[in-house]
Amino acid sequence: MSVLGKLTLNALPHDPVTMGGALSMVAAVAGLVILITYLRRWGWLWREWLTSLDPKKIGVMYLVVALVMLLRGLADALMMRGQQALSAGSNHGFLSADHFQQVLSAHGTIMIFFVAMGLMFGLINLVVPLQIGARDVAFPFLNSVSFWLYVAGVVLINLSLVVGEFAATGWLAYPPLSELAYSPGVGVDYWIWSLQIAGVGSLLSGINFFATILRLRRVGMTLMKMPLFVWSVLNSMVLVIFAFPILTATLGMLALDRLLGMHFFTADGGGNPMMYVNLIWAWGHPEVYILILPAFGVFSEVVATFSSKRLFGYTSMVVALAAITFLSFLVWLHHFFTMGAGADVNAFFGIMTMVIAIPTGVKVFNWLFTMYRGRIRLTTPMLWFLGFVATFTLGGLAGVLMAVPAIDFELHNSLFLVAHFHTMIVGGVVFGFFAGLTYWFPKVFGFKLNERLGRYAFWFWLVGFLTAFIPLYILGIMGATRRLDHYDASLGWQGLFIVAAAGIVMICIGVGFQVLQLAYSIWKRDENRDTTGDPWDGRTLEWSTSSPPPEYNFATLPPVNVRDPFWAAKQAGQTHPQPAAYQDITVPKNSPLGLVIAGFSFLVGFGLIWHIWWLAAVGLLGVITTIVMRSLDDETERIIPSREVAAHEEAHA
Amino acid sequence: MKLGRHFTYIVGYVASMMLTLAAYGAVTGQWLMGRWLIGGLVVLALVQLVVQLKLFLHLGDEAKPRWQLMAFWFMLLVLIILVAGSLWIMYSLNYRMTPEQMNQYLIKDEGIHL
Amino acid sequence: MSQSTTHSTAALDLKTTFGFWVYLMTDCVLFATLFATYAVLRGSTLGGPGPHELFNMPFVLAETLILLTSSFSVGLGVLAARQGQQARVLFWFGLTFVLGVAFLAMELTEFSHLVTEGNSWRRSGFLSAFFTLVGTHGLHITSGLIWMLLLVPRIFTRGLNAMMVRRLTLLSLFWHFLDVIWIFIFTVVYLFGVAR
Repeated sequence: MSVLGKLTLNALPHDPVTMGGALSMVAAVAGLVILITYLRRWGWLWREWLTSLDPKKIGVMYLVVALVMLLRGLADALMMRGQQALSAGSNHGFLSADHFQQVLSAHGTIMIFFVAMGLMFGLINLVVPLQIGARDVAFPFLNSVSFWLYVAGVVLINLSLVVGEFAATGWLAYPPLSELAYSPGVGVDYWIWSLQIAGVGSLLSGINFFATILRLRRVGMTLMKMPLFVWSVLNSMVLVIFAFPILTATLGMLALDRLLGMHFFTADGGGNPMMYVNLIWAWGHPEVYILILPAFGVFSEVVATFSSKRLFGYTSMVVALAAITFLSFLVWLHHFFTMGAGADVNAFFGIMTMVIAIPTGVKVFNWLFTMYRGRIRLTTPMLWFLGFVATFTLGGLAGVLMAVPAIDFELHNSLFLVAHFHTMIVGGVVFGFFAGLTYWFPKVFGFKLNERLGRYAFWFWLVGFLTAFIPLYILGIMGATRRLDHYDASLGWQGLFIVAAAGIVMICIGVGFQVLQLAYSIWKRDENRDTTGDPWDGRTLEWSTSSPPPEYNFATLPPVNVRDPFWAAKQAGQTHPQPAAYQDITVPKNSPLGLVIAGFSFLVGFGLIWHIWWLAAVGLLGVITTIVMRSLDDETERIIPSREVAAHEEAHA
Repeated sequence: MKLGRHFTYIVGYVASMMLTLAAYGAVTGQWLMGRWLIGGLVVLALVQLVVQLKLFLHLGDEAKPRWQLMAFWFMLLVLIILVAGSLWIMYSLNYRMTPEQMNQYLIKDEGIHL
Repeated sequence: MSQSTTHSTAALDLKTTFGFWVYLMTDCVLFATLFATYAVLRGSTLGGPGPHELFNMPFVLAETLILLTSSFSVGLGVLAARQGQQARVLFWFGLTFVLGVAFLAMELTEFSHLVTEGNSWRRSGFLSAFFTLVGTHGLHITSGLIWMLLLVPRIFTRGLNAMMVRRLTLLSLFWHFLDVIWIFIFTVVYLFGVAR
């Protein structure tokens, strides 16, 4: 075995399509490096961003990485639908079967782990401390570690495009296909280790925000006075805490099968492949609720604000969130109804799946009742909400339909299923996070996004989305299965596939408008400056501080004794109480060690993927050493003197 | 107070020791058989769990609100669902299919032919 | 942490202990996953040896009692730390460390016996699950030992300040938790394994 394990020059791409992808990736990274060097921004980047422990900055970094990954995932989607629009009969499209499966696996993995999770943790970092009236998260350094582990996962999965290959086994890599016998290459290993590293980061974030919400709330903010976004995040973090260890263990066992020749999931070695399917969904089903609950929270804030009304049915909203959280641990078998479990098992999980739709329905009605007789302002966040109601209800009904095991036997593995979960995740999660981004953008950056371009983006997204996925419902019922890189022309599917591809193109135009919106809004930022800190006439604490908020969030911690405390303060005319004297405020010092830990974790992952054992050992030793170094450092905080606080506050009064 | 804390550790230690030895004796001395033995071992393990949680980990001693205790209860709930559910599902699957049939099924089901 | 004005030591204790407790809960779920897998694969010996042929019960009982004793001694160590009795802290944590190393050595002895007799994790699904479940516990024990080795000597340089007591308390929580997990490994893997 050589020093570099299995890594040789053959790992570099050969065929033109892969080469194109790899080259554009390398060019993009090189371009970025050159640009930053040319602008002499490295020092600034390092001091202000990369080493920062301020959750507001970490949040922005999450969003940047996640949005870049959204573009990558979108490019994958475009390739797949392009292939399917062309590849009927004698035409075989432009992707080989194996390459198609790699693109498909990358699309699913990236969109869930590196786009949806990234957007979610970004918003949580930006908003939760502000909403609970705190100056920071419970464990600021751990927060930075989590973020950088996520980045290490992102780097690893993108590296697979340039060095080696990616898994061709779908986004959940079922054995036996993901075992050595069927996938001897490094693709599955890239999948395992990028998820394992990012997954540990998510788990740590879950612990962090769980502790933050329970322990750092402003005095007076009892649980039933928390904003609904905070409630939804609390529930989502509970799911992270209890579901992600299952993923860690399951990926670990698959890795042991591949690295040490164990037999967890290899049928001929005495293992049981179904156990993998069982475990991965015991994590996987809570995972979809991890993503959707914060989106529900965003909508609760958006609808109440833009209807200028208190949220309807607050208590029932909280109960519904708790019910969903609990039930989401009881439905995982519906992902494999057809695998041969008995009627008793299928019936139980089928009924549980139908039951979970009830609290979800409660929430939709509560939002609609909040709008009823409100003074509604149809801003872009509100448009995303209305788009969500339409698509999410459609997808939800399709879901309840498939909860009936007998119907699932017909629709399992078909494009109907693909259409269903895209309706939930695009229509629910993605629309929700876009609403949240637009809503909190002025708070974070100090100026609003352009409304007109935002509306254009929304309409292209919505129409494009329906055009792309309604044909898939029909194709699914016609019998088209998922993961199809080629089909017979006589089936008559090509027309619908072409419509679906046109839909993706429209979504891309929508994304184009979003990029334009961002660029234009930055250019014209002085016209949309938010000087009040409260651009939308908001209700919760984050609007009571300046936009963007100072590093310490609040100069004097705001009093809380009601729900929607800022709204109540505005009604009473006491929005910005002036203290007799400002006090010194303690904030965490910057630290590069989170980045260093993630860098070493990356080496561990890369070493294990390519069987470069010494590199993995170096990485592990590096991780341990860095943690020890951090624990030896007693000077982790610095003080912002009261005169600086006073100066900032007076400038923004 | 000082004696009190030490006392809980000593009680916990002695009780855990006795419970461990009782479980060991029940198996090697064949005091119980079959289903009764398994049931007895489960009871002994659970009692020891409670003893150590209470006397070593001091679960429930925190000031209100008892978030640690609540986190523990929810964890226990998830744990029971996960373990019992997995065993139920896997029993049901194993009853109907051999591992080789599962392999064939999964390959066909994935719709990916490598 | 020293000149912190916003968090008192008590608040920091509460927050840190709670965060660490939640981490322990996540670890419980991780072990639950491995236990469930072990239970499913228990019968998959593929014609190879099963628990009856493999486990040396008196040896395992000794391991169990050693770990239990170390859980007791770490508890007394934390009590001493809270009372500021430096010499006793060193004694009890030293004892815990020695017992922990003994436990780990015995576990490795068991593993190496199994492997040299041709019953490694490659032999069957049952053995894969066994090595992974018990080995994951062993890895946790190893990290606990490393933690002890790095933390306890710092008492000499920095004394028993509030931060030190907090860290020793977290370490003891971790160690107690590992003993709780071992109760179930002892019961489910070893005792169930040889029960008739």
